[in-house]
Amino acid sequence: MTRKTFSLFSLVTIAAILVAACGGGATQAPQASGGEAQATPVVETVEVIRTVVVTVEAPVAAATPQVQIQVAQAPGFGETLKSVQARGNLICGVNGQLPGFSFLDPDGKYSGFDADFCRAIAAAIFGDPTKVEFRPTTTGERFTVLQTGEIDVLSRNTTWSLVRDTELGLNFTVTTFYDGQGIMVPKDSGLATLKDLEGGTICVQKGTTTELNLADVMATAGVSYTPAVFDDVNATYGAYAEGRCDAVTSDKSQLSSVAKGLLPDPDNHVILDLTLSKEPLGPVVRQGDDQWFDIVKWTIFATIAAEEYGVSSTNVDEMRSTSTNPEVKRLLGVEGDLGPKLGLTNDWAYNVIKQVGNYAEIYDHSLGENTPTYIPRGLNSLYKNGGILYSPPFR
Amino acid sequence: MIKSQLNRPHRLLAVWRDERFLRLLGQIVFLAILAAFLGYLARNMLNNLRQQGIGLGFDFLPLTAGFDIGEHLIPYDRSQSYLRAFEVGLLNTALVASLGIFFATILGVFFGITRLSSNFLIQSIARAYIEFLRNMPLLVLLIFLYTGVFIQFPRVRQAITLPGPVLISNRGIAIPWGMPADTFPLFLRILGLGILLAIGTGLALTWLGRRTGRAPLVWLWGILIFIATAVVGWFALPSAPLNLDIPAVQGLRLAGGQQLSPEFMALLTGLVVYTSAFIADVVRSGIQAVAHGQVDAAKSLGMSGFHIMRLIVFPQALRVIVPPLTSQYLNLTKNSSLAVAIGYPELFHVAGTVNNQSGRAVEVIVLVMSIYLSISLLTSAFMNWYNRRVRFVER
Repeated sequence: MTRKTFSLFSLVTIAAILVAACGGGATQAPQASGGEAQATPVVETVEVIRTVVVTVEAPVAAATPQVQIQVAQAPGFGETLKSVQARGNLICGVNGQLPGFSFLDPDGKYSGFDADFCRAIAAAIFGDPTKVEFRPTTTGERFTVLQTGEIDVLSRNTTWSLVRDTELGLNFTVTTFYDGQGIMVPKDSGLATLKDLEGGTICVQKGTTTELNLADVMATAGVSYTPAVFDDVNATYGAYAEGRCDAVTSDKSQLSSVAKGLLPDPDNHVILDLTLSKEPLGPVVRQGDDQWFDIVKWTIFATIAAEEYGVSSTNVDEMRSTSTNPEVKRLLGVEGDLGPKLGLTNDWAYNVIKQVGNYAEIYDHSLGENTPTYIPRGLNSLYKNGGILYSPPFR
Repeated sequence: MIKSQLNRPHRLLAVWRDERFLRLLGQIVFLAILAAFLGYLARNMLNNLRQQGIGLGFDFLPLTAGFDIGEHLIPYDRSQSYLRAFEVGLLNTALVASLGIFFATILGVFFGITRLSSNFLIQSIARAYIEFLRNMPLLVLLIFLYTGVFIQFPRVRQAITLPGPVLISNRGIAIPWGMPADTFPLFLRILGLGILLAIGTGLALTWLGRRTGRAPLVWLWGILIFIATAVVGWFALPSAPLNLDIPAVQGLRLAGGQQLSPEFMALLTGLVVYTSAFIADVVRSGIQAVAHGQVDAAKSLGMSGFHIMRLIVFPQALRVIVPPLTSQYLNLTKNSSLAVAIGYPELFHVAGTVNNQSGRAVEVIVLVMSIYLSISLLTSAFMNWYNRRVRFVER
């Protein structure tokens, strides 16, 4: 009799524990995933709890699709701008370690080409380029922080490719810097072409598009070589500086900026006159909020158009009052209502040019001839000057 | 009657206070919580992956890898599959681990014995060696050996030539090496025959030794017969089975002979010296664990120092040495993954690249973990078998 009571009791207890455990699992999941979705309405949570009370097995199956719908919901039209305006600043993901593109200055401010485009976006939204919070990101986490909404825009020398554009749930806006993969060798080595590298060793960074391009190009050219693959920038250029490799390969912008800062004798190295691949770099936004996509795109176009029409931070006030060019008038908000179409004020482009500058000013400020990270403009010149920068019309 | 009355309340209480029941309950609760937690983690991961549009599965393994690997024991180029890249990495790990275990054991036993020497100088050198290496993080040691030693050698054109010739440069070390000729397969068969002959002789001598009571030199005769067969085979063949390949400087690289890259040399040296310090301590503790009376008894029988070590002390010390020695072997194998810091393409290094290029983080890590686990379990299984063999030596 007592034995029976015991077994019955223990059975009931075990069953109760199991029910509790399953219930716990079911309620936990939506809560945690809901955090990622950011805007889970309270109604959803209530509903999940209710179903848990009714049955034991069902909620697990039922809760999952509900969570899926919630999470899969991308930020809708206009949501990003609304949250940026409510927050009062723009959160911009940058590299932070690449002199000339985005680099933390001794005075604690980020400087560089990529960082200035973050400022331009802030100027377009708030009329104040200082309303930016810079968030340094690594190669590995850059897409994740954008997907999860930790940052509003990623402005971090990121190469635009089909796979990244489609698989990551992100949109590449406009290419701000047309780069290409190059090869750097010591000057006294006498190496000048790919064929000269036959049998040589080439230093390359691990897990980059660079590593794949190198293998492709060398296989096509029929040049046999040995790759020496390193985990980070410092190890790669360190080994190259010690003569472990005959050459080092990366994006040309990186070769000229980082390498110059890291090599003990920067003047003894040359970048070969070869381009191994196309590397279009530009800001990236989340998919789904087309208004935000447009704002970032047209802010960049505004800087390019301003250079084309000769509008700069020094003469923008004068141009606004005296220019007779209708395109300039529309750009600066004297005519038409281009700003409100983007959800911004009509003087948005004026603010960008006045407070940050046109494309040429942004470029010269970080990568111009008077900077230590000088890179010739090359492809990054206006279409009129032999480059491929071209802004669609402002009308 | 009285007995049952006494027992009744006790039995009723048992449900709550019976220790066995409480223990069982505790275990069930723990298991339930663990299962719920793991289930939650797994579902969370699956949700996140699905949300990012990333599938789960090993279907990426046959895809083209697209990157090159600097050192490979089997043919490999960029058009091979990810699976092949894994095999290349695994073989590199196996190579460095087996060579490492071999040399670390020799060096460790040597230092373990010298550590107990009565000669003050020898003993102090051994102690300094062990203490220095045991108190040095392996990663620091590896990076020191790589950047401080192996890539500081002269450049290829000024390579140091040692008699042999052995060429030493910052591209690696090249030693003369035998390249298999046409008759090599036949020679391998002759070597096999030699091994069979040696084993046969060994068994015969052991049997004879048991009969006569005299200790025959089983190993000595076995090895002598093997060498004799090999020598006779070498000269009996119409042409030499191995051609000597002498390294030389050729353009940008060392050509011919066996090439040992700086990364490989740094990793092997680091693993060998580091692990040998631990093995030395294991050996020393094993020797010291043999009761002193054993040595005294052997001395009183008139045995020489070498014989005491070989016949009395070492067989008994093995019993103590083998289990911790096993974990040192496992450590060495697992520590080879630190090569990721100096760029030797072993399993973990290659896996990192595969992960970056294929984007299959979960699968790659699972694969790497299970490979390391299999290697470790195989090593343990072998060492446990060996341990059972030597265990019966005492008692």
